[in-house]
Amino acid sequence: MHIVVQACILGVLTGGVYALMASGLTLVFGVMRVINVAQGALVILSAYLSYVLFKDVHVDPFLSVLIVAPFMFALGVAVQLIFIRSLRSEQAEELSLLITWALALGIEGSLGAIFQTTYRATNPGYANSAWTIFGYQVSVVRAYAFALSVGILVLLYLLLARTRFGRAVRATVQNPSSARLLGVDADRVRALAFGVGVATASAAGAVYGVLYPFNPGSHYDLISRLLSIVVLGGLGSVGGAVAAALVLGVVEALVAVEISPVWSSFSYFVVLIAILIVRPQGLFGVRERVL
Amino acid sequence: MTALLEARGLTKRFGGVAAVDGCSFAVPEGTVSALVGPNGSGKTTVFNLLTGYLRADAGSVWFAGRHVRRPEPTWLARSGLSRTFQQARVFPELTLVENLVVAIQQPWHALARRAVRRSEEARALSVLEEFGLGGHATARAATLSYGQKKLLEFAALLMGEPRLVLLDEPTAGVNPVMVEAMERHIRELHARGLTFLVVEHNMNLVMRLCDPVIVLDHGTKLAEGPPAVVQTDPRVLDAYLGA
Amino acid sequence: MSRITPIGLLRAAVVLGAAIAYPLVITPDWLVNIGVFTLMYAGLATAWNLFSGYTGYISLGQAAFFGIGAYALAITFNHISIGNGYRPFYVLPLIGLAVGLASLPVAWVALRTRAMTFAIVTLMLLFIVQQLAFNLRSVTHGSQGVAVPQPSFSSNFDRPYYFAMLGILALGLLVTWYVRGSKLGLQLLAVREDEEKARGLGVRVTRAKLIAWGLHVGLTAMIGGVWGYYLFFIYPESAVDPLVMIGAVLMTFLGGRGTLWGPMIGALVLVPAQQWALTDFGATRLYLIAYALVFVVILLALPRGIVPSLRRA
Repeated sequence: MHIVVQACILGVLTGGVYALMASGLTLVFGVMRVINVAQGALVILSAYLSYVLFKDVHVDPFLSVLIVAPFMFALGVAVQLIFIRSLRSEQAEELSLLITWALALGIEGSLGAIFQTTYRATNPGYANSAWTIFGYQVSVVRAYAFALSVGILVLLYLLLARTRFGRAVRATVQNPSSARLLGVDADRVRALAFGVGVATASAAGAVYGVLYPFNPGSHYDLISRLLSIVVLGGLGSVGGAVAAALVLGVVEALVAVEISPVWSSFSYFVVLIAILIVRPQGLFGVRERVL
Repeated sequence: MTALLEARGLTKRFGGVAAVDGCSFAVPEGTVSALVGPNGSGKTTVFNLLTGYLRADAGSVWFAGRHVRRPEPTWLARSGLSRTFQQARVFPELTLVENLVVAIQQPWHALARRAVRRSEEARALSVLEEFGLGGHATARAATLSYGQKKLLEFAALLMGEPRLVLLDEPTAGVNPVMVEAMERHIRELHARGLTFLVVEHNMNLVMRLCDPVIVLDHGTKLAEGPPAVVQTDPRVLDAYLGA
Repeated sequence: MSRITPIGLLRAAVVLGAAIAYPLVITPDWLVNIGVFTLMYAGLATAWNLFSGYTGYISLGQAAFFGIGAYALAITFNHISIGNGYRPFYVLPLIGLAVGLASLPVAWVALRTRAMTFAIVTLMLLFIVQQLAFNLRSVTHGSQGVAVPQPSFSSNFDRPYYFAMLGILALGLLVTWYVRGSKLGLQLLAVREDEEKARGLGVRVTRAKLIAWGLHVGLTAMIGGVWGYYLFFIYPESAVDPLVMIGAVLMTFLGGRGTLWGPMIGALVLVPAQQWALTDFGATRLYLIAYALVFVVILLALPRGIVPSLRRA
């Protein structure tokens, strides 16, 4: 029982971080029907940025978010304007899948050229310490990462619920044509939303490097998890992504403890397929309206 | 006359609003029935519920005397119930003949046969002739005008040999010559035994073509009967003219 | 089946003839080797096009079936003797059939979701199969890889593999040509244009999609089998490699989706370029950037592909 609870704690903590990465991904889909397959690569890119900032300038990884996130936001806006906006055919949705994959490859290639394929990890002094709370081990880093994720998710929520931009985003998600009629500049909303999506991922990326060793190729594993989360939660639903991330995080931790760590990431897919058989639209997704 | 299609207590909510609320009516076999009502009365939603494009929250659909548990477009089409769409939907890159032939229902073992068999092509060509589209038989559907596309959509439906055809605003956005052509086709096919349910805003057309006329308002049936009767029903006048 | 025209026949004869003559005329082994890979990619692209080009659904799981085919062949021949070395080629159709049929339930689940989710689910499939390849150690030997027994072909070692790939490509082209002119093809095109409308006309769309899917998986698995045999040693990363699949997808886009010869033309253009990039840039991962650039250029500049663009001109 102790082990199970311990696993659940770990699952929730990791799930929180993935929730942050996934929320950006699903938000972008909701706004512009684009799946950013490069989200994983952008997280890894942020991890490298934070790693360099730590190694060479001694900036604490959690603080580096303040530097990395704005930079990545700008990068995200630029990417949307340059690549994604120019897809104007009916199949823009699926083509965007491929274009963002190309972006991911480009990032992987560039990182590989600069940093080679050796695994890196950001190791601040507290990387290995853990607190003991009620007899359960809680890794300090994971706790901070979770807190950071929660903090940023709250900010994201406030952004969407309370600001004019957030209202514009939600209107565009629900009904793009009506939103346009109400004066929402769809192009600007899309570009900014994409930037936000990337910025949230970069916040998580900055701490990713402290949690896991990474190299340019790590983005595949990452994007596969993020896609599972986003589909499970229902494409376009941020709440769904958060819920799904927590569920999958706990499932993965439990499988690692009860069955074997080797099969733990596989469990992501099993859960996903199982749910899709019953609910093709995911947990919180909307059945696609036909007309 | 027996009812070929029946809506019984159909209800559909979007958010907290009931677009269709306990709607019941019957389409007698062998008639050209009309479904009318002011904007927002739920006509299109009812259409979608009847044809399986939306799932009802409550109520049931009955076709040819049998309860259709889960209306689904493919099953309904193969059982003899077809519909057109408000914005005429055809296959733009296929030729007119292909547009028609693809609507002929096929058993699984026919999939390996030629796309357009000679007998099917002949049938398609004759139907196209009837609709005045014979000259464009080998052209891509994308080259047609909007009105021609509506005719094509209608023609394609017939290839499936339906018993009941639901027309969703067949004369919307179409010039008067085309309206006349539509009316003519409906009358001819009706004379050959086809039943119709038409959603329409063109009241003149409805009054001279359709019987019975079913009036909806706020998601339920307001009146149902011959056009002359419905036309003078005070509740109907209220619904259309009232605030 | 599409109508057989004299020009079509001539085209096919010329291409086939040239393909058959190639390894008999060209002697340097490395050139025949490039030929093998060109035919491999042409086959993969044709198979991918058979489903994705004609239904409009983008499948990103092809690498999974390629890998399954490779492993299936390797595992089979760790239990059956390889004979004179040609036996694996005879087993291929069985592998194709088995993997094709086995993939149908998965496709059925995936096809119930919207087109975008379908693409993601097929991508998930790729990752699942790769994970299985790593984890099912008793079957696949995990990251250590599986060895395929070596055949006893003496000189002109590449030739049997070349002709095997050519055979599968020819089969793929034949199937594509047949489907294109059949009722199945008509239904698939209708699905691609407007699936809901097709449904409303009584077309059994799921059935049509599943058939096209099964065909594309079967062909892909067979190609994977030949590849595994060619390389003698299969690792999870190389057997289920997203980049191989992306290559096939790219080539189809370049040549023209939904056309007969498009995928093959795309392969003829890109494979030599790819092999050159791999030799020059492979070690530094820079070739990934080259991939990315080619990708972006093709998707943005030539969204319809070569064949349709030529037809318009």
